[in-house]
Amino acid sequence: MFSGFMANAWIVATMVAVVAGVVGFFTVLRGSAFVAHAVPQAGFAGAAGAALIGVSTLAGLGTFAVISALSIGLLGKRGRHDAVTALALVFMLGLGALFLSWSEEYASATYALLFGEVLGVSSNEVLATAVLGVVCISAVVILYRPLLLASVMPEVAEARGVRTHRMEMCFLVVVALVTTMSVPVVGALLMFSLMVGAPGAARSFTDKPLGALCLSVGISMAIVWIAIAASYATNWPVGFFVGVLGAVFFIAGRGWVAWRRSAGRADDAEHVATGPVQLATATGTGGERT
Amino acid sequence: MSAILNGVFEPGFFASEPVRVAVVVGGAVALVSAVVGVFTVIRGQSFAGHSLGDLGTTGGSGAFLVRANPLWGFVVFAILGAGAMELFGTRRPRARDMATGIVLGAGLGIAALFLYLGTTESSTTGATVTILFGSMFVIRASMIPVFALLSVLALAIVALLYRPLLLSAVSEDIAHARGVPVRVVGVLYLLAMAVAVSLSCVTIGAILSTAVLIGPAAAALRLTKRPGLAIAWAVVIGLAVTWLGILLAYDSYYWPPTGRGWPVSFFVVALILVVYLLADLASRNKERRAGARALAASKGLSGRARPSESPAMGAG
Repeated sequence: MFSGFMANAWIVATMVAVVAGVVGFFTVLRGSAFVAHAVPQAGFAGAAGAALIGVSTLAGLGTFAVISALSIGLLGKRGRHDAVTALALVFMLGLGALFLSWSEEYASATYALLFGEVLGVSSNEVLATAVLGVVCISAVVILYRPLLLASVMPEVAEARGVRTHRMEMCFLVVVALVTTMSVPVVGALLMFSLMVGAPGAARSFTDKPLGALCLSVGISMAIVWIAIAASYATNWPVGFFVGVLGAVFFIAGRGWVAWRRSAGRADDAEHVATGPVQLATATGTGGERT
Repeated sequence: MSAILNGVFEPGFFASEPVRVAVVVGGAVALVSAVVGVFTVIRGQSFAGHSLGDLGTTGGSGAFLVRANPLWGFVVFAILGAGAMELFGTRRPRARDMATGIVLGAGLGIAALFLYLGTTESSTTGATVTILFGSMFVIRASMIPVFALLSVLALAIVALLYRPLLLSAVSEDIAHARGVPVRVVGVLYLLAMAVAVSLSCVTIGAILSTAVLIGPAAAALRLTKRPGLAIAWAVVIGLAVTWLGILLAYDSYYWPPTGRGWPVSFFVVALILVVYLLADLASRNKERRAGARALAASKGLSGRARPSESPAMGAG
């Protein structure tokens, strides 16, 4: 189970889980789940196009992911953000359908991009994933404070001189990079489940941003490891286990919150009151509320 | 004259039975989606609308697995998904976004399993393609009455809830104070959306389903702020892009590079994007002119007023 090609699968999946946990935390905080769903699927169109003209899949994927992320950011500045995301998503998918209809052979390799192929990862892909992963994590570390502030309290961030729109564009590019690194190995659908499920669950257990971030990474790794082991044992797709485990962890988190609430109302009041304050102190503001 | 007509409509366009069915069903679906979609965009539920389509796809692959009629798979799963979103979601938009994402993630995982089981057991790999991308040219005429009934159901819900829907989209607190059961209205609307989306998904595929739900409505709402007028615009845009898309797909049969025709979905989404960008441009021009007029009137005092964002329907 840990030998040969499986070793690559474990390494790559762990790297993807760490990055998904970190970037996913901000995705959930900013309410950008739709973008996290749309950008990988746009990358899918790029991969189909790259296969058509015979260039590297990674290049096509990256180009389309960045283009779609930036156009969502630009158009979303004026129109409704979610509607613009939907438009970008369907246009890219339509383009993908067109590319697929042009390619002569049956494009099973491209379909693998939707559901992923974590059990067939080559050493070259491990290296590319590692490099892109380091870039994404360093970008988040550098932007940590302004990004956190702009995500939680945009008005306060604006008042303190943080360019919230520029922050959003940076974040969208990070999502596009994460997509590029993860989609060839784990697939567009699985990456989305990981980026929303793990941080969504983590936020139910703690209010401290750094704590939630670490917990999100931990849950994300747990989900991936259990999923690979289960997939190895049953031969069922990895994506199934990741999607369902994400929902299970999330429901567990909601159960935990409900249990805490019923355990004591006084305790709960304190819990709710300290939430925004802790986020605020962590970002270095007072206790302002938006 | 007939040479021009033949240039626009490839010979046989009007005689072809599949084309006729596609024009009727595609038109009906575009109409229902456009009406429902205006509320989806106003209420900021585009993500839910798209997710319901993907969840319907899960149901479709499940129905394929147990050899049931795919339509019921789509409808049942979309309604179940809507229920789960409502259960997890709260009134805060970001929490709702996350709940939608969790439900979608789980649904996609289950779809992966269904497709895996379906394709390994019956080795019909083409099913994956049809389920994901849909095809208007494979609709059977015998299903039309069922489609019509479900379309009327979705439209009836929206018509009945017209005022409370708009009111609760503008301000849940005001709607609540006026005695509108906000939660019930939300659930019923989600139900109408689930029916509309699953209908469009099974006929025109998951991509086009989102496209005709959100695209025409988003473009219409850039053109006008009045909900009634926006619905009319959305219907016109939705029908135009769908029919033009079908026509272009039919014409493209002999186009390079393959000589197999380009997919309908590509034409429709490309047309929708063009219409949206034009509408955006038009609204920007209108804003600029209104801004200049206001500036002239108040001699520079109206600084930061933004006419496009009336308090009634502020950008979500």
